[in-house]
Amino acid sequence: MAAPRVLIQHADFDAGREIAAVRASDLGVGAVAAFIGTVRDRSHGAGPADTTRMELEHYPGMTEQAIEAMIDAALQRFDIRAARVIHRVGALAPQDQIVLVVVTSSHRGDAFAACQFLMDYLKTEAPFWKKEHRPDGTAEWVDARVADDAALERWGLKSGNAA
Amino acid sequence: MNITVRYFAALREALGPQETVTLPAATTLGALRDHLIASSPRHAEALRRGRALRCALNRTLAGEDAMLEDGAEVAFFPPVTGG
Repeated sequence: MAAPRVLIQHADFDAGREIAAVRASDLGVGAVAAFIGTVRDRSHGAGPADTTRMELEHYPGMTEQAIEAMIDAALQRFDIRAARVIHRVGALAPQDQIVLVVVTSSHRGDAFAACQFLMDYLKTEAPFWKKEHRPDGTAEWVDARVADDAALERWGLKSGNAA
Repeated sequence: MNITVRYFAALREALGPQETVTLPAATTLGALRDHLIASSPRHAEALRRGRALRCALNRTLAGEDAMLEDGAEVAFFPPVTGG
């Protein structure tokens, strides 16, 4: 049975098991690239630890549809065999896994590229929103980053998400 | 015609998760935004022009020139921040 290509879920995921499922019974796979995004304890990588927990909201129905379309675009653009995206929503804590992208290919080049393409696309065009909770009890919605729009532009796609 | 309007993230906190709006036929998404802005000070602040905001029509990202049809689902939300 083919595994679903997109899963939006509260539960954690087991990357090893998901990778095994994506490449199962495909003897032509010679490369698997996987990316895992995790919750930091800080809003900015170089800043102070200021995030005690996070909430992730999404637009049910649209999210799945948007990521399905991104996987279709990746399959057209790259020489890959399969792709799968799992994204968590709800309450998350530092160190929790947020997102998993798995891509299989005959060779590593397209697997790496398609994995990065899918993450760049997802960051700017999939309807998710993060809210970070601070140690003092306040909370704030995360601002979109211009750098993420620039990352998508490398693929010849315009977002304007952070504009 | 009736349009379902949905809000997410900070807009949901300001305006609630959804509302139904009745508009004349042949209305654009931008005209819907104008209609909502005129409907209350809270809407005017949350949906004001110049504020970074994205829109979807029937669960696909759309621009303000998109034409609405009866029964459409329109969503307004802040720039996305997943991944």
